[in-house]
Amino acid sequence: MKLGDLTELAARNLREAILRNSLTTIGISVGVASLVALLSLGVGLQELVNRNIGRAGLFNTVAVRPRQNTPFGQGGGGGRRNAADAADLLPPRVLDDAARREIAALPNVLEVNPEVRFTAEARIEPRSRLTLVAGMAASSESSGTLEGMVGKFFSGPNVQEAILQGNLAMRLLDDGKAPESLVGQQITLRFAQRQAVPQATAQAQPGDVPNGASPDEEALGFSIIPGEKQFRIVGVIPAPDSGGGGGGFNNAGIYLPLAVAQDLEVVQGQDLREVMRTGSGQGRRYAALNVVAGSPAAVGEIESAVGRMGFAAFSLIDVTRNLRTFFAIFDLFLGIFGSLALAVASLGIINTLVMAILERRREIGVLKALGAADRDVRHLFFAEAGVMGLVGGVFGVLLGWAIGRAIQFGTGVYLKRQGLTAPNIWSVPWWLVAGAVVFAILVSLASGIYPASRAARLDPVEALRYE
Amino acid sequence: MNVTETHSNSNGFAVRAVSVSRHYKMGDAVIRAVNEISLEIRTGEFIALLGASGSGKSTLLNLIAGLDRPTAGAILAQGRDLATLSSEELADHRNHTIGIVFQSFQLLPRMSVEENVELPLRIAEVPRGERPALVRDALERVGLGGRTKHRPMEISGGEQQRAAIARALVNRPMILLADEPTGNLDTKTGDEIMTLIGEIHHPASGSGRTIIMVTHERALAEKYADRIVTLSDGSIAKEERLR
Repeated sequence: MKLGDLTELAARNLREAILRNSLTTIGISVGVASLVALLSLGVGLQELVNRNIGRAGLFNTVAVRPRQNTPFGQGGGGGRRNAADAADLLPPRVLDDAARREIAALPNVLEVNPEVRFTAEARIEPRSRLTLVAGMAASSESSGTLEGMVGKFFSGPNVQEAILQGNLAMRLLDDGKAPESLVGQQITLRFAQRQAVPQATAQAQPGDVPNGASPDEEALGFSIIPGEKQFRIVGVIPAPDSGGGGGGFNNAGIYLPLAVAQDLEVVQGQDLREVMRTGSGQGRRYAALNVVAGSPAAVGEIESAVGRMGFAAFSLIDVTRNLRTFFAIFDLFLGIFGSLALAVASLGIINTLVMAILERRREIGVLKALGAADRDVRHLFFAEAGVMGLVGGVFGVLLGWAIGRAIQFGTGVYLKRQGLTAPNIWSVPWWLVAGAVVFAILVSLASGIYPASRAARLDPVEALRYE
Repeated sequence: MNVTETHSNSNGFAVRAVSVSRHYKMGDAVIRAVNEISLEIRTGEFIALLGASGSGKSTLLNLIAGLDRPTAGAILAQGRDLATLSSEELADHRNHTIGIVFQSFQLLPRMSVEENVELPLRIAEVPRGERPALVRDALERVGLGGRTKHRPMEISGGEQQRAAIARALVNRPMILLADEPTGNLDTKTGDEIMTLIGEIHHPASGSGRTIIMVTHERALAEKYADRIVTLSDGSIAKEERLR
């Protein structure tokens, strides 16, 4: 018999015992709903974590530092090391322009940006606050780092513009004013500026001081002077605890265009460490470089290559890999618990179909007498099980979706009462919808194996005699 | 016994039973429902199987229909030994070679008359577009053209049997098997049904069909059949050629 005829007959048979079949189908729906509700929460939580990490732009970023400067352990090498890498490791190197060019030439490296971070005093009259200022590369505009930002990104790479973190904006404002009201206003930054000291000439006598620099400053190659500059606020990022962007370990109170931040020649902690290490602060050296990879898959290779160059490299790939493993196991357990209800529902399908065989024994005999093969009878019962699975699966997904929404809503209400903003902890991706329906059909078909085989094996002569 | 014939070498026989037996075991006892019966039924012949209850006539009909398999011997229908066919091939035999009419009609109560008649066409995977005309032809042939949408419970016993005959004929089988087709009908309606079966055997136009009818009414058998085979205790007790 053709599939269309089988499905039509199956639907007709199901309609004839509508109450019993509806109850069985509801059982499947409940099973699928529990599966969808639990997995949607698991997926939602995973997406929440991934979103927060991804927002920091670290999935495809490798942080490179001189090996001595690694914050992840003294004398550390690359973030990801093995015996082969260790054999290739070179002595520690200075992170300078030559190293930057070398790293930029590596395969799958999109860009290499210096990390510029310093402490400054931010002033919007009459208030001022100490805050961390960071340079931001143009590529950050599309990385998700600025999700939820009010205003716009920098209009160019060398403009005197700033983007403020919501928390800092609130601290610079009078109570009750919205942080967004700062967009368009000027902010003044005061910071410690590094000023180069010209080299002493051959005619200079010992004790002469060029440009008024002290002998110590001359030896260092730079002096430290107070610097001040005004910037126009073009954007405000929502505070991290409101679920907006700007989170992650690159978090800062104020972001400036990277080139502008670099040109400020602000004294950073790295300068002082270099002086202590080499006795001189001359020449451009970087505290750290942020390497942006073409894709997260290329991060491991870049880390290894950077390690072989003699630098310390670190990425969040390892951390997220463990996170993914955790969520895979978490989802597996949720799936198993969710499937328990579906397993119980499958017993209902078996019961319903076995009852149907008893009731329709004579009908099966007639079908066989008219030429239906065992296969046709088997397929008919499979089709009935499949239709129940399909209908139960579709309604189950809808029910699971509703349960997930209810949990999301309830969680939101609870968190708001606690004074917190509710993140989205619930997600029903298309694969979960399709997978749940297909799973329901498969479970139903599996449940139909025994009844269908039993119906197919019926002796037509016996079946026709059945009253 | 292994008997084989090809379609082209059926020697003019619609059905041949060669020393066919059907024995059942009930505990230690063996019930010989059909015991070494040999019977040849020519194409286009109308044969009546006559006998008391338990004589084995329905069992023999089931063997010819391919609803049951013999314990010994061979049943050849249209040249094929049914005992050697797979269950799929037997199903095909029931769908295409024979049509069966039962004493209790065996219409599916949840389907309308036309849906019941359409069933063998669904099983035979006849394209949907061709089915309505075939169903209509079959129902008009048995005089039920106007009651196609009714369910079996909404029509009389005679009409139900007409619908069952239409269902048996819709796939245009070569052989029509009828198991006491008038057993559940009053005399007048039974006569009408037998007249219809007679017309199917000898239509006004076109070729007729082989008909094998089980009955315990000798008068009906004598009126319509070409030959009467009387069974007793699973064996042929008597054969009478009437025409």
